[in-house]
Formats: sequence, C-alpha cells, structure tokens
Amino acid sequence: MKRRDFVGLSGLAAGALFLPALPGFGHAAVDPARLLEPGADASQKKRLADAALNAATAAGATYADVRIGRYLNQGIFTREKQVQNIASTESYGAGVRVIAGGTWGFAATNAVTEAGLAKAAQLAVRIAQANAKVQKEKVQLAPQKGFGEVSWRTPIRQNAFGVPVAQKVELLLAANAAATANGASFVNSTLFQINEQKYFASTDGSYIDQDVHRIWPTFTVTAIDRASGKFRTRDALSAPMGLGYEYLTPQAADRVPGAAGTGLIGYRNSYDLLADAALAARQAREKLTAKSVAPGKYDLVLEPNHLGLTIHESVGHPTELDRVLGYEANYAGTSFATLEWKAKNLPYGSKLVNIVADKTQVGSLGAVGYDDEGVPAKRWDLIKAGQLVDYQKIRDQAHIVGQTASDGCCYADSWNSVQFQRMPNVSLQAGPAKLSVDELIKGVDRGIYIAGRGSYSIDQQRYNFQFGGQVFYAIEKGRITEMLEDVAYQANTQEFWNSCAAICDESDYRLFGSFFDGKGQPSQVSAVSHGSATTRFNGVNVINTARKIG
Amino acid sequence: MALLSQTEAQTILKKVLAFSTADECDATLSGSTGGNVRSARNSISTAGASDNVSLAVEARFGKRSGLATCNEFDEATLRRCVQRAEEIARLAPESPEYMPLLGPQQYLDGSRSYVAATAAIDPDYRARQIGASMALCDQKKLSSAGFLDDAVSFVAKRNSKGLEAYQQLSNVTFSVTVRTPDGTGSGYAAADYTDAGKFDAARLTKIAADKAASSVKARAIEPGKYTVILEPNALLSNVDTSLLGALMQSLDARNADEGRSFLSKKGGGNKKGEKLFDERVTIYSDPLNAEISDLTFSGDGRAQQRTTWIEKGVVKNLYASRFWAQKASIPDLPRPNGWIMEGGTQSTADLIKGTAKGILVTRLWYIRPVDPQTLLFTGLTRDGTFYIENGAIKFPIKNFRFNESPVIMLNNLEAIGKPVRLSGNLVPPLKIRDFTFTSLSDAV
Repeated sequence: MKRRDFVGLSGLAAGALFLPALPGFGHAAVDPARLLEPGADASQKKRLADAALNAATAAGATYADVRIGRYLNQGIFTREKQVQNIASTESYGAGVRVIAGGTWGFAATNAVTEAGLAKAAQLAVRIAQANAKVQKEKVQLAPQKGFGEVSWRTPIRQNAFGVPVAQKVELLLAANAAATANGASFVNSTLFQINEQKYFASTDGSYIDQDVHRIWPTFTVTAIDRASGKFRTRDALSAPMGLGYEYLTPQAADRVPGAAGTGLIGYRNSYDLLADAALAARQAREKLTAKSVAPGKYDLVLEPNHLGLTIHESVGHPTELDRVLGYEANYAGTSFATLEWKAKNLPYGSKLVNIVADKTQVGSLGAVGYDDEGVPAKRWDLIKAGQLVDYQKIRDQAHIVGQTASDGCCYADSWNSVQFQRMPNVSLQAGPAKLSVDELIKGVDRGIYIAGRGSYSIDQQRYNFQFGGQVFYAIEKGRITEMLEDVAYQANTQEFWNSCAAICDESDYRLFGSFFDGKGQPSQVSAVSHGSATTRFNGVNVINTARKIG
Repeated sequence: MALLSQTEAQTILKKVLAFSTADECDATLSGSTGGNVRSARNSISTAGASDNVSLAVEARFGKRSGLATCNEFDEATLRRCVQRAEEIARLAPESPEYMPLLGPQQYLDGSRSYVAATAAIDPDYRARQIGASMALCDQKKLSSAGFLDDAVSFVAKRNSKGLEAYQQLSNVTFSVTVRTPDGTGSGYAAADYTDAGKFDAARLTKIAADKAASSVKARAIEPGKYTVILEPNALLSNVDTSLLGALMQSLDARNADEGRSFLSKKGGGNKKGEKLFDERVTIYSDPLNAEISDLTFSGDGRAQQRTTWIEKGVVKNLYASRFWAQKASIPDLPRPNGWIMEGGTQSTADLIKGTAKGILVTRLWYIRPVDPQTLLFTGLTRDGTFYIENGAIKFPIKNFRFNESPVIMLNNLEAIGKPVRLSGNLVPPLKIRDFTFTSLSDAV
C-alpha cells in the first residue's frame, strides 16, 4: 500500500469520518471479514501465470515474470474518545515484467484472467520494444535457478485480521484514555495491519506462493499549554514489525529498561501500548517546560528506537547499489559510497561498527522466503570492523560489480508497481562484551541521551544529516540529570560512524522499523527493520532548534 | 474503459443510487489511464502502463457510514457493491462528526483541466521524448536520469440528495537530473502541463544540463545567514515536502483552533485576520485559472471557488471540514488543490541582476519539519547552488543545510519574480534576506 493510500484512507486529510474523498487510492474498501477469506489457490494462479509467461514469450520476450498479488490492509484511526475511520481494503491484480530487445517493459492489470494477463504481457513487450530503440545499456540478469512450486509464510502466531475490529478499537481507545488521564490534550492513535499474498512465477521455472504479514500500532500525544500557546508532542515508541497481533500482547520478557532516570521502556517482540501511551502523555507535558539545549559538541547515547532511523538513512540508503550507480539520481539521489570510494578502503566507521543486511530475521519487516524476482532470502555483511565490504543488489545489477548472484532484495509495493532494488533489514550488531545502558552512560561526562524517531533529513549523497528525536535527556558526569528540548544533531556520515565509541550488548538489542520508506519513480513504499543496541557517539554537533515567530 | 463520458458515468451512478436502501447514499466513479518511462545513465531503466476505473459507494444509516468499492460495472456487481456498503454502515460506530450529504451544488463552469493531446500519448511518444532528453546529454557528454509520467482521468459524483458532478483532467509531468561524468556537477529541471502539446523534454533537459556544467568546481563558503534567490523548484516540489507547500498545508482551521498549529493563538483561538507575512505576500486559489485549471469540486462535493488565503500578508481564510466549519461558525471552505502566489514581472535572471551579494538556489531537498510550533523545517540545497556578486553569478558553491521557517522567510522578503506553473500551482521565484544555512554538505 502506498503511503498516500493510508493517508487518504485515514480521513485525517479530509478532517472527517465520512468518506469518501476522491477515491484516488487503488484499493477497494471491503468488509473486514473479507480479509480472512482465502484468495485464489496456487493451482489457479499457476494457470494464470503461465498464460502471462507464454504470451510474453510468444510476443518476443527473452525473459518474463509475473506477480499475482492480493494486498490486504486495515487501518483503524482514532482520536481521544472517538473512531475517525476504519478502512479495510483489498487490492487484487497482476503485473507482468518482460525483457525484449534487451529492455525492461512492465504492464499491470486488475483483469486477473488468462486473457487479461496475456494482454498485459503483450503491452509490456510493446513498451519494451518501443524503448529498446533509444536504449543503450542492455539488461543483463544474474542467473537464477527455478525452484518449481514452493511457498513461504511469515511465522505469525495470531492473524491480526482474525481479531474482531471492536477489540482493536477498544484497545486504541483505552490507550487514548490512558494518555488523557496522564495529561494529554489530544491523542491520535492508529493500528496498521498488512497482509501481502504474493504469487511469483518466471520463465526460470519458479512458482512461489508467499503470505507476508506486518503490523504497526502507533500514536501521537499532544500536550498544550493554552496560556503560553506552546504545544509539544510525543510519538509512540513501538516499532512496526513482521509479526501478527501477538505483538500487542505485552510480555515481561520483551521489556527492555531504558536509561535510569528516564522511565523509558524499550520493546522487543511485544509492545505495551497502554503503558507507553501513559508515559508519552507525562513526557509530552514535561517537554513543555524542559530546558532548551545549549548548542555545542556532546557525546550522544542513542537508543535503538532512535538509532534505527540514523542507520536507515546513513548506512541503508548509501549502500543500495542502484543509488551508487546513478539509477536514483533524479529522485532520492546517489551515494558517497561509490565503487571508487570503496576501492580506496576508506573507513566507514570505527572498528566497533559491524553492519549486516538480512532478509531472513524473524519478526523483521523485511523477512521473506524469496524476493519479488524469485531469489531466495539471505543474510550478508555490509560493513565489517568499520570497512564497507559489500552493497545491496538485485539480478540486473550484479554483473556491474563483477558478481554473479543477486542478494535477493527486489520488491514491488503492489501488483501494479514494477519491482526494483529495495533495502533489506540493515542492522548494527550488538557489542560482543557485556555492557548495559547504565554502564555505558557512566563513562559519559557531558552528553545527551536520545530516544525515539524524530525529525530526519539527509542530503542526496548521504553525507550531511540532521536528526531530532522524541525525548532528550542531559547526561552529566555519568548520570541522567534532566529533560532537554529543542535538540537536533548535525553530522557527516563518515565522521559520525567513526565517532562510534561503545555499543551495548545483545541484551539491549531490538528492532526499529520504517513502514513507509519511499523510493523510485513512480514512488513506491517499502517496510524495513533496523536492529541495534544503545550506542555511544563522541563529540557530535548539537544545534538548538527553538525559533520565535509572530 | 478508463475515460467514461459524463453520460456514461452518470448512467452508472444513477443505477447505483437506484439500488440503495440507505438513508443517504453517495457514489463516486473515477478512472485514469496513462504510462511512464524512466531513464538513468542516458539509458532507459524502467517503463510501465496503468489503467483503472473504480467506483466508491458510501451508504449511511443515521450517523453510521459504510464504504465499498468495485471496478466492474454490470448490474449484479453494482448491486453487490451497494449492499456491501450498507452492511458495513449498519456495523459501523456512530460518528459524532456526522454531517448530512450536500444537495445540488453550483460548480464553476469553464475549467480547462483536460486537453485531448495528452490523451493521445503512447509508448512511442514517451520513448521519443525521453530519447531526445538522453541524446542531448550524450552530445554534451553528461549523464541524465529522467522521469516522464502522463495520465488522463475523470471524476464523477452523484448522491441521493441530488448532487451531481463530473470533470475530466489530463496531466504530463517530467523531471530530469543531469550530472557531469565525474560527479562534480549536477543540475535539475521539472515541469508539468495539462496540455502535452506544450511539453518538450529536450528544452527542459538543456536547462538541467547547463546547470550541471556550470556547477562543477564548487567552492565552500561559510554557513550563516545569506540573501538568497529561491527558484520555484526550491519553493515547491511534487516529490518532497516543500516550504511553500508546507505553509499551504498548515492553513487548517481545526488544528489552529485546537492549539496545535503555528496559527494558534496564546490563550486560545487562531490568528486569522492577523498580518503574519510581508505585505507583498498574496496567495489565492482559482480552479478556473487558465494555466492550472483544476477540479471545480472537492472530494466531499463542496464547490471549489476562487478563494484568497493570504492577502497583503494577512491570513484571510482557513480551510476546514464541513463539521468543523459548522462547529466553529466559519466559512465552509474546502482545502484547495492548486494555488497561486501573486508575483511581479521579473524573471530569476532579473532578480540576479538586482542582487549585490547573494546565493542562487536551484532546489531544496529532503525537507522535514523540525518544530511545528514555528513551522521550522530543515533540508539542503541541491543541483546547482551559486554565489552572486554585483548582479551576476560569480561561481558555484557547495551545498548547504538550512534550518528555516516559511513564516520567517516570507517576512524577510526582498523581491518577488514572475510566477511559473509547478505541480499544478503558480509559484514565483523569491529573493529572501537572512535565510539561515547551518552547515555545509559535500553532496553534489
């Protein structure tokens, strides 16, 4: 689902429950019960897929793949004591991708019949042939063996679509009540649930049936001081996850205490929505009167729900091979981590920095059995002991860096989007030696502890970035002293990762997630997780973001 | 199937309403057909086509509402779609923000939002246009990455209270980034049109190519407060958050009244009627504007009228949902689609001539909110940043990160140029003093 679809469905843009605004979104709204109904069975899909592959080959394609997708989504949107919207949607259709004349062509249709798919295949070939006339770099695919008929499913314990809507609404409204009781002026809460039922077939002989689940409970609490006109917000510290509804049944073993003196709790594979909502309201209120930061150099202690986004922007994106090669130059940009840069063995980070790409991690957003061009999921090193050792690549890129296999990170966000290289889970490995958060903070003389995802911005080659957070605490002489406000840090990617001075051990490791990572033209979203443990970075530049208007 | 005529669309919608047993029923039929092609490294990367028509039916029983959609239009399917909307409505919670459906509306006549030439675009046309763009960069030994996207679409509405609406739209958008082979220079151009007859990919590519070639060997200058000339692409974008776009997105009455907007007042209420910007700032919307003709109705059926949002620096109107407009007793104004910032007659080149010392900014990028209280945003310059001295561009400079609020920016206004169409809006280049750059970036 595209981000704009969820935004459209939320009704927030229209500011009203009563829909529709213009139904520009491609998803059909359905009865929630329909989200549990099975889609077409695999044998039916194989017959349809073969019709597309045969039509493509007959029209002149040298390679073809087809994705028949049923994308189910449900978003529940509430504020304070009321439900704003419950949107259950289904999108069903097929996309056919071909190579003809050494050029890619793609066409999609919601007429999921043998005739409909054959027609789409022919149009895809026509598009490829039209473009072949002005194209210079012929597509070269890394070989991929076919797997025959196989399947994969996210190992969830409870399908979120099987939980009655009333129960989910009740939980969100209870979180709103907890926030209000703790001082929130307003609270918006949302539960996103996604199920991708994807069938992939290619002329390489694969017929892959996958059932992928994701979930994200989140909220924003607003505290207002009417007298001063000041307002502050605090967002949920949940993470979107590749889990079922079990994520919303809190387990004591999944609670990870934050730094002493902050009251913060981190969450692994289950999340306590009510406890976090109550804490968020107290913290939003506290932010109204927190001390404004003095700008300057600080040692930063970044917890995983914050650090995940910094990893995403400063390591995840620069190591995407399509960006490195210039394929994203007109939109998201390119990368400082060019092939020439890598050849010089320049240090990406300090020796403590080990970062892996992983499409197999259980509970993560990126976990699948196979990617959207039939390549099996795997785990590989991107940065080892501070050195960049590899990139993220798909089948048509491997030959450019002298490799013979894809990394299996090709993805399309819908049946009507063309698949391309998307970021796998990219995670910082926990420190090998025992180190708790409080032990790490003990060594910091003048620093700031930052939790939660805030404002984020990075340049088009991923050198210069600026990040905010949800809550900030001053560290003085080894202990947390007070809450701070108006904090953002600016750094250069390479300098920042080389200032990495300590990483907590595995007991503090957990996942952060990004549900709507945008890339490509037309823009597509992708969901990806980033794991880390609380980490220290020395001497980072902190600015004060307070301004005065009117 | 994608472009239904008014008669075809209303025939389907009449059938839908005839099947309804709900207290109120609203039906919207919309469709689009189009395609795209993408290039990188002076070669085609991906291309695609899409075609879709969708019906949305909203059924209401009292204050309960249900929505269902379908994309087949035989009687049995339409009947099932209406029934499903009604089943969902019966199960839905009552909305405390219920508003009855609108009755018949008078919409403005004469919007030229559809041009047949755009409907005639086919894969060969796209290949020719992007081919010309790539060929120009080949000749100049530069590397281009471009994106061409076109669609024609329609929207039709009808409800049980007698509201009826129909309109067709067409759009073609193109953007291109051109880089020097060594990666030390980069330029950008983007444009969008209702009429494909006005589109020339090579002409736009030349602008980006010239920027790329002239931006090599950029020098570093100290971050700080500078006079800047912000080209339209630095003020508005259809692929990123933008300073002027964000300002226009913030004129929501409810957020202001609830105390969580830069327009909220100390002690309660909002700042409508207050002068918040330089007196030369006037922004309005007009769906009949010849250059950016747009839909004359909003998603909920309200008429889009010519509306002044900011006049001579004073906030004149805020948009609102129908519920909030009634509750707050304010004009019932929907959020506009495109908008127009009034300007003068000067081109960007004229603004440069009138500048003793300053910085020309082609584009701002990765713009994100830092503080909603002050509408503070951060982001970076990109694809051509130049130092100006004595009325002329002296040399390219390295990119900067900025931290700035459009509210402060529109108070520090030095000059306004001639508006140009961008993403369905009319945006002038602006000359601004004391624009805040906070750090340098090595990015090109």
